[in-house]
Amino acid sequence: MGRMVVGAHYGLKDWMAQRITAVLMAIYAVVIFVAVLCGAASSHEAWLAFMRGGLVRVISFLFILSLGYHAWVGVRDIWMDYIKQTSVRIVLHVLTLLMLIGCAGWAIQIIWRL
Amino acid sequence: MSSMNQPRKPRPKFLDLAAIRLPISGYASILHRVSGAGMFLMLPLLIWLLQLSLSTTPEGVALFNGITGNVLVRLVLLGLIWAFLHHFCMGLRILLIDIHVGVEKAQARSSAMAVMVVSWVLTLVFGLKLFGAY
Repeated sequence: MGRMVVGAHYGLKDWMAQRITAVLMAIYAVVIFVAVLCGAASSHEAWLAFMRGGLVRVISFLFILSLGYHAWVGVRDIWMDYIKQTSVRIVLHVLTLLMLIGCAGWAIQIIWRL
Repeated sequence: MSSMNQPRKPRPKFLDLAAIRLPISGYASILHRVSGAGMFLMLPLLIWLLQLSLSTTPEGVALFNGITGNVLVRLVLLGLIWAFLHHFCMGLRILLIDIHVGVEKAQARSSAMAVMVVSWVLTLVFGLKLFGAY
């Protein structure tokens, strides 16, 4: 069994994930922005029809997953940088995870039941 | 070698937050963190607004219009628009530096300035839309 002596072995993976999720979210943001410019939100009906689209639903789902992971890495790094007391930090990590998983489930449920 | 003969500098090092002068890229970097944290904290509000904007009942639509018509909510949304734009532009800058574009000091400074200016100008453009100026 390979034993990890130091705790930073997840660094490169998270660094890479942060970049990949950022690029996915940036593309999504531009796509949605262009769609809105083209009238996707010109009325309530148009907005509903747009968000109900099969492809839009799938890319929104991927966006939510990307956002959840990206925010987890970012907020976790903030706690790791400023909260020195381990017990407090662990509680904050757990609360962050719970909030992000809850938000992701909520948002997916909104776009998927449309 | 000369440092070996000098007395040890007092530790900890200079950490007077009020007196530290950061380069512009330092401010852009800290604002990347601040904007990210702000968007994280406001995530439930944004998802709630998404839900209301997609509601199929007249009550839901009315609630959406009522909430987004509130001046305080609009100010929060204005802050979130800035946060998103700053985070977006700074993210592009980070990705470019990752692939060794704009690493030189002068370029890094001007790109940090560009991130600040572009995100403020775009915040103004979207903010005017948010408050119904056009």
